[in-house]
Amino acid sequence: MAKPGLRERADDKTFRLFVLGFGLVAVALCAALAAELAWGSKLAWAKFGPAFFWSSRWNPVEEQFGALPFIYGTLVSSLLALLLSAPLGLGAAVFLAEIAPKRLAAALCFLIEILAAIPSVIIGMMGIFVLVPAVRWFEPFLIKYFGFLPLFAGTPYGVGMLSAGLILSVMMLPYITSISRELLLAVPQQMKEGMLALGSTRWEMLRKVSLPYARSGIIGAVFLALGRALGETMAVTMVIGNTPKISASLLDPAYTMSAVIANELAEATSDIYVHSLIAIALALFLITLVVNAGARLMVYRLSDGGGPQ
Amino acid sequence: MKRIHSLTMALALLAACAPQSPAADKTILNGAGATFPYPIYSRWFDDYNQLHPEVQINYQSIGSGGGISNITSRTVDFGATDGPMTDKQLFKVDGKLLHIPTVLGAVVPVYNLPGVPELRLSPETLSGIFLGTIRKWNDPLLKKDNPDAELPSAPITVVHRSDGSGTSYCFTDYLSKVSKAWEKKAGRGTSVEWPVGLGGKGNEGVSGLVKQSPNSIGYVELIYATQNKLSYAAVKNAAGSFLKATIEGVTAAAAGVKMPADFRVSITNAAGENAYPISTFTWLLIYEKNDGGAGNTLRGFLDWMLTEGQKSAPELGYAPLPKEVAALVKKTVERIK
Repeated sequence: MAKPGLRERADDKTFRLFVLGFGLVAVALCAALAAELAWGSKLAWAKFGPAFFWSSRWNPVEEQFGALPFIYGTLVSSLLALLLSAPLGLGAAVFLAEIAPKRLAAALCFLIEILAAIPSVIIGMMGIFVLVPAVRWFEPFLIKYFGFLPLFAGTPYGVGMLSAGLILSVMMLPYITSISRELLLAVPQQMKEGMLALGSTRWEMLRKVSLPYARSGIIGAVFLALGRALGETMAVTMVIGNTPKISASLLDPAYTMSAVIANELAEATSDIYVHSLIAIALALFLITLVVNAGARLMVYRLSDGGGPQ
Repeated sequence: MKRIHSLTMALALLAACAPQSPAADKTILNGAGATFPYPIYSRWFDDYNQLHPEVQINYQSIGSGGGISNITSRTVDFGATDGPMTDKQLFKVDGKLLHIPTVLGAVVPVYNLPGVPELRLSPETLSGIFLGTIRKWNDPLLKKDNPDAELPSAPITVVHRSDGSGTSYCFTDYLSKVSKAWEKKAGRGTSVEWPVGLGGKGNEGVSGLVKQSPNSIGYVELIYATQNKLSYAAVKNAAGSFLKATIEGVTAAAAGVKMPADFRVSITNAAGENAYPISTFTWLLIYEKNDGGAGNTLRGFLDWMLTEGQKSAPELGYAPLPKEVAALVKKTVERIK
């Protein structure tokens, strides 16, 4: 039986090399993308240097470009969406996994997954026709009662950072909900029953067993959703007001990195203009990388305590 | 092994046949560029294909910037642009590239002011609003233009295009001509640094925002304003009369400027009693010398465009070329080989 054994080992080796190749393709694509973006933006780096990141002028006529208002808009709108959608999504997941009757849960899950499949341009149109008028309607109340905070001062345009955050949170919700639900369902039944047998309430069981067990996975889901929010283009550009200015108020219009690329690349006529837009793409790429690395680190740290190893 | 062999054979055969069969009976031309004239271009290419089934013209509306770079690198047979190419851009072109004016368009200030059916704007007020120096509707300058209208004391919401566009180029070109302050602060371009206002994506984004926000003002192409039933303002022209945009007004603007030999001319703020001031040509970019039969085919199409094609312009919201300009263009077209 020596021969088939050898053959098997040879096959293993080929197989290993084969999948190694696949793995390397992913790495190579990522590296090629970064290299291409760096090469395509070299004029911008040569002209503006690292100041590109903290300059806030964006003037295509005088060819002065800086990325700060776009970086700010991307980060703040995504963060706002995260703050809105994470508690909501997790709450929905708990309801679907632990409390809702099975049939209702199945129907609701189906609807939530559909939400994830809606093209963003359609969500953006809903934004223009439904969300923005609604926001314009309630913004005066925000200004009246909370206007002393710089966060809610300004003019009720309807479009702006707040609308962008709201629409992004709608797009993040299905990711957080459906993945968190799966994770909560994967918590071993014995552990939950044990906790209940000790006389705990459902809330205690959830807090002490289910959530800690699923914690690292849930954080992963939140960051996956955040990744989507950072890169989202169409829906955001339709409701954010597209103004490259940094303002403390959530009611003021803003701009994001992906939106300015989509808006201006087609009519960018000079080399430095195109290179500056690609430099923004590179910056977005780096930010996504940092956010994902941060998420990995957090999941890694948290998985030491309580969660599945 | 045998199978692979026959497959390569089949592929080689296919490759040998493919370029020949369409070339024998059909000429395909590819073009790319401006989005502003896309509706009429697609109509023209379709109509021309009905008349001459042997000619098929494809057009991708990727934007003027893309049109200029594609024709510069000769990856398309013709380009299209809403703003004339700059000397710097033409310097990079290898060979003689012609600007062929095709039709004219107008940009109108659209507004949403309940209770004000007619609004008149002078160059000073229009530039003041977009500069942010006029912030309220009952500003004395606006009242001076509109003595009879009941203007509210509400703040003005300014809306502009967020995507780079020929519409913005035409509008900012006009503002630069009538206001030194605008020229210094923002200038002309497909995208500029807007002093105030919200950005909407595309004509639909701007008209959507204006429709929804009371006390707002923006600018869109004429056809967009009429189709969406938006109120648009009369603008005071260089001769001092207030005009609402019409096809005739735009054609009058084109007739009111001195035509340079290369047709690279801006007709905003043109002279003439009936000239609508925010108007523009749109151009095709074609090389004087073309490879193969492309030159002949293009010339054939352009001759048709200058006569029959012009007739379908008004129904799509574009103004046809004035007769004198069409005659000049025809002479230039004869040079295409």
